[in-house]
Amino acid sequence: MRLLNLFKIAFKAIVLNKMRTLLTMLGIIIGVASVIAMLAIGEGSKESIRENISAMGSNIITIRPATTTSSGVRPSAAEMQTLTLKDYEAVKDQATFLSYATPLVNGGGQVINGSNNWPSTIYGVNPDYLKIKVVDLQSGSMFTDTEVKTAAKVALIGQTVVDNVFPDGQDPIGQMIRFNNIPFKVIGVLEVKGENTFGQDQDDVVIAPYTTVQKRILAIDYINQIMASAVSEDDAPNAVTEVSEIMRIQHKISNGNNDDFSVQSMEELISTFSSTSEMLTLLLVAVASISLLIGGIGIMNIMYVSVKERTKEIGLRMAVGAKGADILMQFLIEAILISITGGVLGVLLGLSATVFIENFLNWPTSVTLFSIVISFAVCAVTGIFFGWYPARKASALDPITALRYE
Amino acid sequence: MEDKDNMMSKKIIKIEDLKREFTMGAETVRALRGISFTINEGEFVTIMGSSGSGKSTLLNILGCLDQPTSGLYEIDGLKVKDLSRNELATIRNEKIGFIFQSYNLLARTSAIENVELPLIYNSKVSTEERRDRAIKALKMVGLENRMDHTPSQLSGGQQQRVAIARSLVNNPVMILADEATGNLDTRTAYEIMSIFQDLNKQGITIAFVTHEPDIATFSSRTIVLKDGKVIKDDLNQDVQSAAEQLAKLPKQDD
Repeated sequence: MRLLNLFKIAFKAIVLNKMRTLLTMLGIIIGVASVIAMLAIGEGSKESIRENISAMGSNIITIRPATTTSSGVRPSAAEMQTLTLKDYEAVKDQATFLSYATPLVNGGGQVINGSNNWPSTIYGVNPDYLKIKVVDLQSGSMFTDTEVKTAAKVALIGQTVVDNVFPDGQDPIGQMIRFNNIPFKVIGVLEVKGENTFGQDQDDVVIAPYTTVQKRILAIDYINQIMASAVSEDDAPNAVTEVSEIMRIQHKISNGNNDDFSVQSMEELISTFSSTSEMLTLLLVAVASISLLIGGIGIMNIMYVSVKERTKEIGLRMAVGAKGADILMQFLIEAILISITGGVLGVLLGLSATVFIENFLNWPTSVTLFSIVISFAVCAVTGIFFGWYPARKASALDPITALRYE
Repeated sequence: MEDKDNMMSKKIIKIEDLKREFTMGAETVRALRGISFTINEGEFVTIMGSSGSGKSTLLNILGCLDQPTSGLYEIDGLKVKDLSRNELATIRNEKIGFIFQSYNLLARTSAIENVELPLIYNSKVSTEERRDRAIKALKMVGLENRMDHTPSQLSGGQQQRVAIARSLVNNPVMILADEATGNLDTRTAYEIMSIFQDLNKQGITIAFVTHEPDIATFSSRTIVLKDGKVIKDDLNQDVQSAAEQLAKLPKQDD
């Protein structure tokens, strides 16, 4: 038995039935291509989520009020007024895994400059905010601790706000704007950050001392959240535990009772989103795998037809000396050739589809070598698996019966 | 003839009390009921008999496609009994050349590739040798100009000649022909018989199954089967030349 000869025979059989072979391959091609494209989309979205969240500051830790049931009513978290500046001070003073922290109050309103106005959100923070969010300034400077203490009416604005309230391109630094009719002096412009993962425009902000926002705009004495940054990304989980401890003591929450706050790190957010997109990827790949399976059944079907219509040929080959193993190999090689060729074409189609998706649909994609290797291996196995039975059947034919077959 | 038989006494086929029974449900069909004969090297034997006489069964056994129920069968000194499927395949590959009534050429495959076929399954033969031997075999049947033609581009007689070349290519000890002229008109049949006679003159042993008495006159010996038994086994005293008979046939009117 010479493998090369059997290879030639199988190749010839394929060439003689080009159209049929191509149609058979189509199942495999589509299967492999979709597996590769789906994995690329899944991997791409996972990476882009990770990147985006990291860009928002990967060691950020936020402390928000959480809903608890009080006298049977469960208020929404945003309405909770349980977080105070005392909490902030306690966290700042006691936590060892945190490098920066700021109280945060925020509210919506209209930014007005002369006849131009723009709806935006104002964030009241302390000067550490820029370090926590890893934001730089394009121009101007951050307000100082003194300005926080005196509740100075100074503000920094994002590029979107600049574009809308200073449409003539004049330098906003030193200009006066009004936010909900409270005048602010613009002292800085934030660098452009673009949209975040959730499609939120990170440049559509006004930043001012939290004292100013609390007193003059919102007229509240509680805070909406505490934002802090862990010493390092690795210490984020420790920081979360530590902050939770401090907060529990601060809010006098005994063991077994629910916290009235929630502490979340970016890392958790990343893994939450990653696992969601992983689930989605798994689902997509499962669907794609079904088409690969159907492709395999297509091969089995066509191999059955091939064996049947070449029964007489098989008989002749056996009569002139082909052993059962020769016939088995001939048809097995044919099936594998179909599936592997289909696999190669499928990989190419999958890669082109990925490029198309990336460039024309603007979805993030990322092709991994793993996805190519795995779908290719599945292909070869499909060929062997679905080619085996028909090939086995051919090799077990009785030469006399096969020769007489019409 | 006597001289020839004495000179070439090597036994190619030796059959003793060969029996073959088939079980069809509860019934046992006795296709061969104990036949014995030997075929020596260089003989041209026709095996005749009506349908159901057992000649196909005998041919299958001679061709190592089937095994006898009992009795002895030796080909070229090899006992064909209790051999595995693979061992039988090797004997067919190295010792026997098959020719069929319906040619059995591979469709859409060139004449030379068809002739090469048996050698593909012989790992001792290299690609170059395979091609050389196929060319030589095609020359022996006069088809050296049709090597790249596919069966559909060849006439029935030419197709059968390709099949003859295929049966020669592995240098078999014996050529087994099953109604090799059955699908051909008289003229073409005689042409084919003349090729067989030429090959036989070169020393090739031929066993030729037919039911046409005129074909049998071209062979040196005729074995007649009836109901699974040999009823006649005669040397042909008056061997006709197929080439001469061909010349005597009325010219085709074109």
